[in-house]
Amino acid sequence: MIKVEGLTKRYARNVAVDNISFEVEKGQIVGFLGPNGAGKTTTMRVLTCFLPPTEGKAQVAGFDVMTQAMEVKRRIGYLPETPPLYPEMEVSEYIEFVGRLKGLPRAGLLKRVDEVCERCNVADVKSKLISKLSKGYRQRVGLASAIIHNPDVLILDEPTAGLDPEQRRETLSLIKELAGEHTIILSTHILPEVEQTCQRVIIISKGKLVATDTVENLNSRLRGAELVAVEVEPRNGHLAQEVVQQKLEQVPGVSRVLFREQRNSRLLFEVESLQGRSIRGDLARAVVQADWNLTELHPIGLSLEEIFIQLTSSTEKGGSK
Amino acid sequence: MSIGNIWILCKKELKSYFASPIAYGLMAFFALVCGYFFYAATAIFVVRSTDPMMAQRGMPMDVTEWVIRPVLMNASVLGLFMIPMITMRLFAEEKRSGTIELLATSPIRDIEIILGKWLAAVLLYVCILAVSAIDLSILFIYGKPEVKPLLVGYLGLLLQGSCLLAIGTFISNTTRHQLVAGAATFAVCLLLWVLDWVSAYDSTPTGRVISYLSVMGHFENFAKGVLDSKDVIYYLSVIFFGLFLTTRSMEYLRWRA
Ligand SMILES: Nc1ncnc2c1ncn2[C@@H]1O[C@H](COP(=O)(O)OP(=O)(O)OP(=O)(O)O)[C@@H](O)[C@H]1O
Ligand SMILES: [Mg+2]
Repeated sequence: MIKVEGLTKRYARNVAVDNISFEVEKGQIVGFLGPNGAGKTTTMRVLTCFLPPTEGKAQVAGFDVMTQAMEVKRRIGYLPETPPLYPEMEVSEYIEFVGRLKGLPRAGLLKRVDEVCERCNVADVKSKLISKLSKGYRQRVGLASAIIHNPDVLILDEPTAGLDPEQRRETLSLIKELAGEHTIILSTHILPEVEQTCQRVIIISKGKLVATDTVENLNSRLRGAELVAVEVEPRNGHLAQEVVQQKLEQVPGVSRVLFREQRNSRLLFEVESLQGRSIRGDLARAVVQADWNLTELHPIGLSLEEIFIQLTSSTEKGGSK
Repeated sequence: MSIGNIWILCKKELKSYFASPIAYGLMAFFALVCGYFFYAATAIFVVRSTDPMMAQRGMPMDVTEWVIRPVLMNASVLGLFMIPMITMRLFAEEKRSGTIELLATSPIRDIEIILGKWLAAVLLYVCILAVSAIDLSILFIYGKPEVKPLLVGYLGLLLQGSCLLAIGTFISNTTRHQLVAGAATFAVCLLLWVLDWVSAYDSTPTGRVISYLSVMGHFENFAKGVLDSKDVIYYLSVIFFGLFLTTRSMEYLRWRA
């Protein structure tokens, strides 16, 4: 759906985006991740035909952003960093205006406006002036107007910036709902957001592509081995830490067992697998067979934060991926 | 190019003019000042025409020459002050607030955006000029002035305004600061006005070319009630040139950014 090849964007002095290439498939939701000044906004502006690339090519829905800009613009919904709102307009008036700009016919437009207002939870402020809205509502009005023409591709530049945690969650779940019908790229510097929402991540730093992969693959690619948290409880009485530790160490594929803490009578361990081995099933069976209660078992991924720090610092040292 | 798209932009722009005090402020300003000019011109006319000396000489006093022409000339000068205020926000404000990103990423052409905005400015200018119809209606109540010179005069005001508005639209597109756009537009309008002064003392070809370029110089014929195709063509070409420059500058700014 989106194809970027060797994209470079130079401003007068600095290189904002340096020879990056990636592809996004239809219906996917992709996180665009990078610190401030990484070039996220710049890349999105090229994809939306706001800025021409200095070098390289970008295609959206099979159309080139340079030579077939009109076709691209018709198929794209874009929410810039600051939602492009006219403060003197009412919410529904604004969304209608955007719909007309995108080429929707007047017939049926009002119904469509109501639909997207419902969808983005702005129905209750529909007849309010935009200048009187809070930041969160503005963001949602921006989102509503970005999907008014039911675009194939949605490009959202920091859609959750400046929202409170509750609204942030709502917005993310809304975006998740929208995936499938739309192909979505969203940029952010908040890593858990990407883990929650996106299927794939594209990480850039200082204009260079650092990594692009699925969230799971990125996790395992960096780690290789699996890290699992295991919590064990005795059926009755007391349980010695050493006994459990020994038992866990005997499970095939386990390379290391670390005692973390004791919560009342429950014991929490971190178990690391050998390279490329999956051990969760065996661990669970071992605990249950020993007649203990398995109260918790979950993989501890390296957080994207750590991945990110590893990846970006490695490029700074001069190595690639 | 689609008329529909131009109209969408134009309507939005007109709404925002009338949602802010600019439109009403300018209309009130024009009504007041124009009303004063009209009063003064009429007063002079009345005093002169009842002057026995003039009557003796057998010179019939003409309303067109004594009232309408000076009012039109003064109104055209008022345009100098009003036009920068009309055009300064057209693009500068969109650039400052980032809404230009919405326009530039929508499936509409640059020229449609430009024409829509310029047309809205022209329509606002028409509304402002229409305010002076109140003054003129008095003329029609108390007398029978000639209609044709009046219409020609207003056509001249409109053409002259449209051409300065095109220049203002271009200047607004080059900056993100409204005040800079306004000041620069005023400076350029002023310059185009004073170019005409050259013709008073310089009759060399250069002087004639310079005075030909003056926006104001071409208005005199209109004020006299004379419709000369040369003047119309001049105004139309400046409008075209101003709007063309705007499309170029939009393109250029996109590439340079
Ligand atoms: N209009 C511009 N003119 C010159 N340089 C620019 C312009 N816009 C951005 N840059 C530069 O390009 C680089 C990338 O900026 P960009 O806005 O794409 O980063 P970003 O990843 O969106 O950052 P943030 O997370 O802060 O939004 C920065 O170094 C910035 O200074
Ligand atoms: Mg950004």
